[in-house]
Amino acid sequence: MKTTMKTLALTGTLALVLTACGEGGGDGGAEDGAGELAGSGSGDSCVIEAPVPVGAALSLTGAAASYGESQKKGLELAAEKLKEKEGVTYELTIEDDGTDPRQGITVFEQFAEDKSVILGPTLSNGAFQAQPIAQEAGVPVVAISNTAAGITEQGDYIFRVSLTEAQVIPQTVEVAKEEYGLEKVVVMYSNDDAFTESGYDVFASALEEQGVEVLDTLTFSKADTDFRALLTEAKGAQPDAIVVSGLIEAAIPLVTQARELGIEVPIIGGNGFNNPKLMSDAGEAAEGVVVGAAWNSASEGELNTAFLADFEEKFGSKPDQFAAQAYTGLTVIDAAVRAGCSGEREAIKENLSGVQDLETVLGTLSINADRDSEHPAVVQVIEGGAFTPLN
Amino acid sequence: MQQLLNGLFLGSIYALFAIGFTLVFGILDRLNLAHPAVFAAAAFVGIELVAVGGLSIWVALPLVAVFGAVLGLVIERVAFRPLKGRPDAHFAGLIGSIGLGGMFIALLLWRYGPDTRRFPVDAFPSTTFEVAGARVTLLQVAILVISVLLMLGLTWLVARSRLGRAMRAVAENPRAATVLGLDVDRVTATTFALSSALGAVAGALFAMNVNSAQLGMGSAIELKGLAVIIVGGMGSLPGALVGGLILGLAEVFAVQYLASSWRDVVAFGLLFLLLVVRPQGLFGSKRVREV
Repeated sequence: MKTTMKTLALTGTLALVLTACGEGGGDGGAEDGAGELAGSGSGDSCVIEAPVPVGAALSLTGAAASYGESQKKGLELAAEKLKEKEGVTYELTIEDDGTDPRQGITVFEQFAEDKSVILGPTLSNGAFQAQPIAQEAGVPVVAISNTAAGITEQGDYIFRVSLTEAQVIPQTVEVAKEEYGLEKVVVMYSNDDAFTESGYDVFASALEEQGVEVLDTLTFSKADTDFRALLTEAKGAQPDAIVVSGLIEAAIPLVTQARELGIEVPIIGGNGFNNPKLMSDAGEAAEGVVVGAAWNSASEGELNTAFLADFEEKFGSKPDQFAAQAYTGLTVIDAAVRAGCSGEREAIKENLSGVQDLETVLGTLSINADRDSEHPAVVQVIEGGAFTPLN
Repeated sequence: MQQLLNGLFLGSIYALFAIGFTLVFGILDRLNLAHPAVFAAAAFVGIELVAVGGLSIWVALPLVAVFGAVLGLVIERVAFRPLKGRPDAHFAGLIGSIGLGGMFIALLLWRYGPDTRRFPVDAFPSTTFEVAGARVTLLQVAILVISVLLMLGLTWLVARSRLGRAMRAVAENPRAATVLGLDVDRVTATTFALSSALGAVAGALFAMNVNSAQLGMGSAIELKGLAVIIVGGMGSLPGALVGGLILGLAEVFAVQYLASSWRDVVAFGLLFLLLVVRPQGLFGSKRVREV
């Protein structure tokens, strides 16, 4: 017993001393780091001695693993490309959050200690849980795939390069209206899911603004798989198009059954429809489905074609939107770092706000006053089993 | 017209699900709540057979039925037989089967992950007919035909065959059946196997019909299946078919004339109404059981 107490006391003291040393060392390190992370020159001629530490919390395992994997590739490619540009290098650390918000918090806590900026996490869900930690520690965060409302409202250190539904949907409606001469539509949405319900709200207000008449609004449940009764109802109204806010699980049976019932008009979907599974699993039925996206692989911008080629060369597969957005995330960080020629947290935060008209693979991108990004969306239609730009 | 057909086909799926459900319930007086898990498992296995195994759907379906039958034997052996001597055997079996169903779903999750899966696009010919301005797929017709055939076949089996007589004897009085020299356990197991084979076929057809198979697909239809059993009259096979069709039509017309969110209100409202007017269900007979 006595020995135990003694050991305990000793360990305690030792821990205290160590912590003190750690803190002292940490402080010193931060000061040194400040010296190294603040460079000289500006923009393209900026030179920063030490590599800028960047952390990325991605879902490499768990339900969102396929998205996280894409993002990882996008980031690795971006880091490699940025290394070719002289002056600034990035030390990229990628950690797995296991698609688990609690693990995301742990990863953010680690990053808060020594990273200059954090990318991720993959899902909005996890972002809401983890971001307050970064905000508290004063580390800027760049969200690269979150589309939920309220992400950047969590604090002034939170930025986002992914477009929200509220940004993509009005553009989708506008382009589709122009292309198909839409006058009257039927709207369908699942009213028991927060994401699709907010998608519906945006659709409804966009349709109203554009002067498209809504003949009928039909609701379903996110677990529904038989839509024939609803679709027969929709068909009876003779709309120019059917507008749907639903997840991919509902989208596939819905689209298949619509074509089966002889509904040939375009089906306009929200972000839930923006998934290659729609073509592979609904087959022919997916033809004529219109969906807005933040990025299109067929975009012929110079940066995008280079990105496509580089990606395919490095990984032997084609990138998706997640890879493109992750790639852009690091590009935007690089722009902010070079603008102030500093890899320090405060400077990056300051200069992220100032990113304007930056050329990226997603198009010309600006960060607005809400710390959300603005860039043109791509409205796509499925033709011949592939997404093709409509605008 | 289209809505009438929609209701008919939706109802035939409910019926197919409920026929298996009601077989165990009507004959053995046991409620097997692992039935929805069999429904989901069969859909996933069916998809695997067709998508990975490259089998034609007409080979895969009988295999799925066999798979279902095996699951039925497992359910009987694990969840029901060990508990059968207990005074609360009905309730214990009910809970046991819920537990076993949960384990099946967990195994599916481990094997297939949480994603929705589908039959390959060309698994079933996508022929469509035009009937009085309404559209009908070959698949829907097939499902309706299969439901009616299975219902007729089972009715015959229960009413006429040797096995059916044994089943009814067991239903009437298990102890007397034993005295008469019937192997009660074997009859019980066979009934479970038949029931689950039907549930399995229903699951695979359902997944094809809506182009989607999810882990929770069984629980989504479970309550409807129970409603169908009650509407049709507990244990009545023609009742399950008619009950299924009524429920399908009620849902579809609720969507047509009210709103989509009203369909469950209407469907289950109808169920409650029927229970008040005719407590034994449409085809059920009043049963007096002596203790």
